[in-house]
Amino acid sequence: MNKQGKIAEIVRKVSGKSAAPDPEESLFDSGYLDSFALTDMVAELEKDFGIKIPDADLNPRRFDSIARIEVYLDARQTKASAG
Amino acid sequence: MASIRAFGRCVPERVLGNEELARLLGCETDWILQVCGIRERRIAADGETVADLAVAAAQDCLAKAGAAVSPGLVLVSSGSAERRFPGPAAKIAERLGFAGIPAIDLPLASAGSLFGLSLAAQLAPVYGPVLVVASEKMSGPAMAEPLDKNVAILFGDGAGAALVSEASGGLEILASALHSDGAYANDLRLEQSGPVLMNGRSVIMQASRKIPAAIEEVLARSGVEPEAVRVFLMHQANQNLMDRVAKALSVQTDRFYTNIVRYGNTSSASMLIAAAEWSEAVEASPGDLICFAAFGAGFHWGAVLARQL
Repeated sequence: MNKQGKIAEIVRKVSGKSAAPDPEESLFDSGYLDSFALTDMVAELEKDFGIKIPDADLNPRRFDSIARIEVYLDARQTKASAG
Repeated sequence: MASIRAFGRCVPERVLGNEELARLLGCETDWILQVCGIRERRIAADGETVADLAVAAAQDCLAKAGAAVSPGLVLVSSGSAERRFPGPAAKIAERLGFAGIPAIDLPLASAGSLFGLSLAAQLAPVYGPVLVVASEKMSGPAMAEPLDKNVAILFGDGAGAALVSEASGGLEILASALHSDGAYANDLRLEQSGPVLMNGRSVIMQASRKIPAAIEEVLARSGVEPEAVRVFLMHQANQNLMDRVAKALSVQTDRFYTNIVRYGNTSSASMLIAAAEWSEAVEASPGDLICFAAFGAGFHWGAVLARQL
């Protein structure tokens, strides 16, 4: 499963919805995430991708769509491997 | 070491239930309960001030402390006082009969009473008994125009108090963990006019991580596991948030005392109101551990651990 597919699975898990959102679809506007589901999703991303997301990176806009989450995870993983 | 000798509280008589509030806001009654877990909140009467509520809570606290106590310092937390300055601390001290002693305002909003308790533990050896009071009239800012129903449903009015002194007995304050980060100052704020402005997603995300981390920090300093804590007395911001914090600490949700369903979010007053109610209902046994925690605008957050002597 590619990265977007893994993210979509996490979104489905924390939202309790059966259908996955489109990559560019706003997860908040479409009802997949509320404030608490967002927090759960961040915890699942940390677990599944083996990263630590610092509190300073917890800007809701970073996590508003699958595509944005992928961009963030790529940057985070690049930073981790460089460090 | 300083100890908390007694708690006190005061909530206004008027009850604003969800049905009445829903009519005012033009929303569904059930939606209010579903979103925030609040059924009703108390609203100050016309002319009833932050100082009025504070004085009543402080008198309740001093009466429960028993023998006549003369504080050497008064700390007052309020983010909703009627004017920019002076803050209410000096007036509250004077009305309690303590004019002349230092009275300091802590306008920290929701975390103010937690910071006050921690400061009182440090200052009691210097000043003598410290009276910590938190008093809020949040219903005004909550219902200010432009009306935001997501905010208007959350808040209520009330006051709480605690007396901290060096004398033995009561709840010995073992450790504190206090934190502030101004990077989030715009995410939860009350300007000179208008309603409380809140980036709810940011607040929940940060609080969901920072509160458990602060509790774990303060417990670790005393070599205590969360499971060993008798009760968590937390700022009553949101029932879902308290449940999340319990889950993050792997403790049952019933370890967190909750009264938000009856009072809503009374900002800095809520933690001391909860403490006063819990201490009235439960007789703590020697050795019982009580953990206080709060998070609020600033952001300011932290935890305090205490042990029944």
